[in-house]
Formats: sequence, C-alpha cells, structure tokens
Amino acid sequence: MDFPIELLINAIIAGILLGGFYIAVTVGISISFGMLDIVNIAHPAFIILGSYLVYIVNSTFGIDPVLVGILMLPVFYVLGAAVYQVYYLSFEKRGQEALRGLAFFFGILFITEVGLILVFGVDYRYAEAPYIGPALRFAFVDLPYRMLIPCVISLLLLAALQLYFSRTFIGRAIKAVSQDQQALALMAANPIKIKRIAFGISIATAALAGAFLVIIQPVEPSVGREYIGRVFAICVLGGLGSLPGTVVGAMLLGVVESITATFYGPSWAPAVAFGFLLLTLAFRPAGLLGR
Amino acid sequence: MRSRVFLIVSIVAALLVLALTQAVANNYLFFAGYVVLQFVVLATAWNILGGYCGYVNFGSAAFFALGAYTSVFFHKTYQIPIPFLMLIGGIVSGIVGLGMGYLTLRLRGSFFAIATLALAVVLQTLIINWDYVGGSRGAYVIRPNTIQVLGMAIPYIEYLFLLMLLLAVAAIVTARVIERSRLGYGFATIRDDELAAEAAGVPTLRLKLIATTISGALMGMAGAPFPYYIGYLEPSSAFGLAYAVNAIAMPMIGGTSTWIGPLIGALLLGTIQQVATVTISSAVNLLIVGVLLVAFVIIAPNGLVGLVQQRLRAKEQR
Repeated sequence: MDFPIELLINAIIAGILLGGFYIAVTVGISISFGMLDIVNIAHPAFIILGSYLVYIVNSTFGIDPVLVGILMLPVFYVLGAAVYQVYYLSFEKRGQEALRGLAFFFGILFITEVGLILVFGVDYRYAEAPYIGPALRFAFVDLPYRMLIPCVISLLLLAALQLYFSRTFIGRAIKAVSQDQQALALMAANPIKIKRIAFGISIATAALAGAFLVIIQPVEPSVGREYIGRVFAICVLGGLGSLPGTVVGAMLLGVVESITATFYGPSWAPAVAFGFLLLTLAFRPAGLLGR
Repeated sequence: MRSRVFLIVSIVAALLVLALTQAVANNYLFFAGYVVLQFVVLATAWNILGGYCGYVNFGSAAFFALGAYTSVFFHKTYQIPIPFLMLIGGIVSGIVGLGMGYLTLRLRGSFFAIATLALAVVLQTLIINWDYVGGSRGAYVIRPNTIQVLGMAIPYIEYLFLLMLLLAVAAIVTARVIERSRLGYGFATIRDDELAAEAAGVPTLRLKLIATTISGALMGMAGAPFPYYIGYLEPSSAFGLAYAVNAIAMPMIGGTSTWIGPLIGALLLGTIQQVATVTISSAVNLLIVGVLLVAFVIIAPNGLVGLVQQRLRAKEQR
C-alpha cells in the first residue's frame, strides 16, 4: 500500500489550524502561569464559561460568535481583575499560594463546571454562524472556515499582545514584574496593580478562546478538563512566559495531535499532550524557547 | 499518646463502629458507610503528601481508578480474594506515584500539581482504549451475595465495609506514625521551607518520593474493592472529578497539619454528601463541596482543627 501522502498533508494542515486555536487557549496561561507565576488551573473553566455566554447571546440575538467574544473582552477583564484581587488578599499576601492558592483555583474550576451542569445540563451546545459549514479547497487540501477564522484571529491576538508587552509602559512593567517584583516597586510602579492588569488580560483572552471553542466544536461543561493538560503542556513546551514559544508549542502539539488522530484514531489524542508534557519536564524543563 | 496505644484505641473505635452497624442491621447503612470510609482513606492519603509535604495532588481519581482497574483486570484473568487485590492495587498505584514524582518533583512544586492533573486524563484515555478491561463500555463485576469469613456466611456488602474499615484504620495509623517520626519532621521541613531544608541536609527529593509513593499506594488500595462495590465499572465513574475534589476538600476543610483533620473532614463532608445525594441531587452536593472548599481556603486556612485551636488559645490567654 502506498503511504497516504495526501492524508498526511491534510493532517498537518489541520494540525496547524488546530494549533492556531490552541494559541488562543494557551496565551492566557502563558501570561498568568508563565509571567505572574499564578498557577491558574481554572483557566479552561473560564474558557468554557465564555463559550456558554457566547452560546446564549448567539442563540437569542443571532450575533456573530467572534463578535460576541470581542464584546466580552472587557467583562472578562474585570472578572479576572476581581479574581486576582481575591487571590492576592487571601493567598499571595499571606504567602500561602503554593497549597491553598492551588486548591482555590481547583475549587473555582469545579464550581464553574458543576454550576454550568446545573443550569444547562450535560447536553452539547453549539453556536451558529454562516462560516461554520463551508471550507476553502486547494487541490486536495481542505481549509474549513470554522478552523481558519479562529487560527487567523488567534495569531492577530498574539501579535497584538507581543507588541503590547514590548512597546507600552504597562506591558513592559508586566514583563518586569515576572522578573523582579521588588525592583519594580523601587521604580515606583505598584506590582500588585500591574499583576492585576496582567491577570485581567489573561482572563480576557479566555472570552475569545471560548468563542472559538464553541465555533470549532459543540461544547458541554466538562470539555474544559481536556484542555488543562494541553494548555500546560503547550506552555511548558514553548518555554514559560514566552509568547513566541507559545506559538511554537501550540503548533507542534496541534500537528502531532492531528496526525495521531488521523492515523491512530481520535480517542488517543488526549494522551499526546501528556506525553509531551512529561518528556519536556524530564528532558528540558525550561521549554524550547525558554530562558 | 504512644503509637501502640493509638493503634489499640483506633481498633477499639473501629470495633465500636462495627458493633453499631450490627445493632442497626440496615443494609443501606453499609453502602453509605463504605463510601464515607473510602473518603476517609482518600483524604488521609492525600494529606500525607499534600498536608505534610505541601505538594498538591490533583490526580487522586487517577490513583483510585488504577486500583479499581487492577481489580477488574484480575477479575477477568485470575480471581483472587479482595485483600490481595488491595495489596496489588496499592503496589501498582504506588509505583505510578513514584514514577510521576521522579519526573516532576525535582522541579518547581506547581509542575507536580499540573502533571497529576494531566495524569488523570491520560490514564482515562488508556483505559478507554483498552478493550480487555471493558474500554469505554465499562466492565461488569458480579459479586456473590454472601461470603464465608472464618466459617461464617456474611453478606458481601458487610464484608466490603469491614475491609474498608480496616483500611481506614491502617491509613490513619500510618498517617499518625509518620507525623510523629523522623520522616514526618522531614516532611514538615519541606512544607515550611524546602530551600532551607535542602541546605540543612534533608534529602528532600527522597522524602518527597516516599510521600508520593505511600499516598498513591493508599489511594490505589482504596480503589481496589470499588468494582465489587459498584458492580459495574466504567471509566467516567472511576475517574470522576468527585474523587479528586473530595480528596482535596476534606483535608482542607478538616485541617491539613494533623491526622485528625482529614478524618473529621471526610466524616463530615462524606456524611453531608450521602444525605444530600438522597434528599437533593448529586450535582448539588458536589457544588456544596466546591463552595465549601473555596470558602475554607479563604476564610479558615487551617480548617476546622485550626478554628478550634484558635478558640482554645484565645481562652488560655484570657
């Protein structure tokens, strides 16, 4: 039998598109875990929350899911800032973030998931938009719009964030707080305020990621759990706190998962992320593009 | 209290519990009691690593399910009595815990937590794809109605209850022995300041690996009789998030620094959940656990035990 080269190329391209979506999912963790050292394991729960809000608005008013995601950015920013304030007062200030801070986020993850189950049940929900069905076709390569659009917007989002972190004062301050909080305080910038802004941004990205998720696949409350392993694998693989690293990690995981799903069946795909995570932790804990 | 005295006291307490159940003679009590005792074991096991060393394990469900699926495997190949299954399940989970710990415990603490979270997802994927133990369809484990123990025929559920009671006593005694030993003091130094402990010559990695192995093994042992209890095991019930969240919430709510915290937390939350499942719904009782967990870590970081200690200290000062 010939090696199915067309299938392989399609799998790789589908993987790159999937990787683009993973960028949006992971970039929030790259900021909170990579830069602020806050192990926000509840991030996927915020993404699912975003998906459900998009679903509600989309199914009642018929507004485009991506547009809803963008409109929700400020709402999620405020939510993130509020969560950080609670986290700071309850754990960081008392120096208990290692054990109790983790338990706190785990509790939030759990409450969100069970809360959504209580309100919406475990049925799959999906959004509607004109671009969810059709696909671009070049020769034998399929580019479904529902994958292409999230991928392109994710890349734009990442580019915007990269500019923000390297050009603006607050962006640079966020990078500074990840390196030396005390030095930043000596420069007369309030590290807590900077971290609050950064965490707000990190949760805001979850709104957009949630909109993409509900475009790409039907969503039910426990879907978020599958993403926990993925986001941290990507984040660690790329190198903590490095946005270009996030792109590399996300694309790599997307391609490998897509190839695995194509040739061995989709039920094996979740194991890939974990394999990556363990291998990275064992051989290069600093990640591919890490310092 | 000396450890030997403590052992005797715990056995007497267990016998009292047993006598009480005999007096009531209601089968439901054994079903509910089994679950509560199972949580006592899980909470105590979690606390050996989480409470004593300060390393968070989110994968309790994975270790529990490993034990349960080891039993299913042996049920299909060569049937052996449950006490031996518990031993084997403990060994399997202990080894997995050791391996996980070896890969991740040399790094920052949060990596271990993340890896345990991912472990649950991956093990579930493996089980779903492994047809021999039922795959995603699940596996039936038919248990006999009665079993001969010491020449007496007792109902099977009572037998399972008895085993879990013994395991709970064993887990609590282990936790208390560790707490008072050199090992326990070593664990405490890791929790309080790992860098300083390392500098003072405490072999931190070795101690952390010991804690992970013991903790994982106890969780596996708690999972081993589970297929016989439930009768039908499927991946989503064995890997349920409820185990992971309860194993964390119970010690956190009871208090993490001593053996009694997880015990109080497990008895309290376990009983509340049994009541809530019957009277309200099982989704609501999980919500209660989640809300209590968040409330306690924010308001009472040292749990119920911490609250009582605070009260006592305030009284002394007056």
